[in-house]
Amino acid sequence: MTDLTRLSLAQARKGLKDKSFTSTELTGAYLKAIEAANPKLNAYVAVTGEQALDMAKASDEKLAQGQGGALEGIPLGIKDLFGTKGVHTQAASHILDGFRPEYESTVTSNLWRDGAVMLGKLNMDEFAMGSSNETSYYGPVINPIRAEGGNANLVPGGSSGGSAAAVAAWLCAGATATDTGGSIRQPAAFTGTVGIKPTYGRCSRWGVVAFASSLDQAGPIARTVEDTALLMTSMAGFDPKDSTSVDLAVPDFAAAVERGVKGLTIGVPREYRMDGMPAEIEKLWSQGLEWLKAEGATVKDISLPHTKYALPAYYIVAPAEASSNLARYDGVKYGLRVSGKDITDMYELTRAAGFGREVKRRIMIGTYVLSAGYFDAYYVKAQKVRTLIKKDFEDAFHAGVDAILTPATPSAAFGIGDEALAADPVAMYLNDVFTVTVNMAGLPGIAVPAGKDGQGLPLGLQLIGKPFDEETLFAAARVIERSADTDFSPKPWW
Amino acid sequence: MSVDAATVKRIGRLARIRIEEEEVAGYQSELNAILGFVEQLAEVDVSGVEPMTSVTPMTLRRRDDVISDGGYADKIVSNAPLSEDNFFMVPKVVE
Repeated sequence: MTDLTRLSLAQARKGLKDKSFTSTELTGAYLKAIEAANPKLNAYVAVTGEQALDMAKASDEKLAQGQGGALEGIPLGIKDLFGTKGVHTQAASHILDGFRPEYESTVTSNLWRDGAVMLGKLNMDEFAMGSSNETSYYGPVINPIRAEGGNANLVPGGSSGGSAAAVAAWLCAGATATDTGGSIRQPAAFTGTVGIKPTYGRCSRWGVVAFASSLDQAGPIARTVEDTALLMTSMAGFDPKDSTSVDLAVPDFAAAVERGVKGLTIGVPREYRMDGMPAEIEKLWSQGLEWLKAEGATVKDISLPHTKYALPAYYIVAPAEASSNLARYDGVKYGLRVSGKDITDMYELTRAAGFGREVKRRIMIGTYVLSAGYFDAYYVKAQKVRTLIKKDFEDAFHAGVDAILTPATPSAAFGIGDEALAADPVAMYLNDVFTVTVNMAGLPGIAVPAGKDGQGLPLGLQLIGKPFDEETLFAAARVIERSADTDFSPKPWW
Repeated sequence: MSVDAATVKRIGRLARIRIEEEEVAGYQSELNAILGFVEQLAEVDVSGVEPMTSVTPMTLRRRDDVISDGGYADKIVSNAPLSEDNFFMVPKVVE
């Protein structure tokens, strides 16, 4: 029998519907794959095998009667940032030790409503703060992809590194992820997978551990464009419990995948041509434009003049919101508690022991920029710059651009424990230089693998769309996926 | 703008994170690297620009001011490191 884990989500869905195999078989195959691979890849921080098989069994009963939801019987991995009732939910942090919520996040509730099966919780950068998945309390995730002929371990990107690695290594049919500055799109690019950050407000933030509330957005990572579209259709939707959730009908995103790009205008922002950008990324970008042109799109040079200020503004806005959101971890309500001589001592010792270095650094920056005397100079200034960044995009869209094509990342996956990056926090932050503008403007962005570098490592392109026009992104990403016609999957070594 | 050692300690206290003496220098240089990086925003002319308050044009929804949730104190305290009779237990705050 073929290895069921190798099927795309769409293929698995068809196989289940046609009764070629059962969800119990499919789920069992994934659990077996996880058991074999996870000691090496560290993609899962908790595996919920028993629950998975129970859910699969319930799905099989529905499927046997020709019933079931859009994702009936499909096994998924869930990023540890999503609250899952009675199941490990720690944002890969020590400070949430033992936390098992009494509630289920809206996004995961939507997936279970549609019949999906939970395999377990996926590793990530602590509180989604990182671009390499090295800040997790549970240790780094290893990228299943290695350079051709090499055996050095590479990072899977972050913060959704566990999600991307698990999808690439066939340890789930698809995964949930979140993106505050690039945390879906950068790991997707590093692992040869597809990831979309929807428009802000498209997916409910309710029940998802908060990092920077005005930027956080949930989305899927999967092995094909069609698979991400199928997942998005289930994850999205209006939720009165999230005050920034948008009351808009959810389109059938999968129906847009084969729509093509004929007649679309694709913008090429000149400010994304960075100094020192590797020639192979430059070449890939041009190649992507050629592919879109060949299918009937028009390419137009555009200017997004405030691009270079997005990352510095982000490193004020995101830490400021994080310092506020993470104030709740105090050793009283949940998680870790370190006793002290009085209550302030307890707070300080608990937070010193419970948060990792990167998280503490960002809370400190956030606390500083919000402190008396600095608020206007930093926070208000950054929010004004954010208005300008958003206006840049609005001007481009008003001028007739339907979507914007850029590289997804400034490099391919790098090594675990890169010393130059560890010594300079700003160098690590630059990973998000192409993705962070999209969060600042609240727009949808998709990363799709498009080519390989000289070492055989996947490189991704990013498409940025108009607010709530994810359909155009799926259609254009599909053209790139089809034109690239390349197998980006890893050669199993684990 | 850059931070000195005393400021690092003050931020630590405001953030309720204990910063040990030997950690101060490390935080100081990291925070200054980040503050140096964000300094470039000074170049941007923002005169007449409104600060962003909502990335999607929307007004916050309102609901009737009635109790719509609650009544499960046991669930609220179920993850607490220390609780008694559905209360969170903390060290003595008032003498």
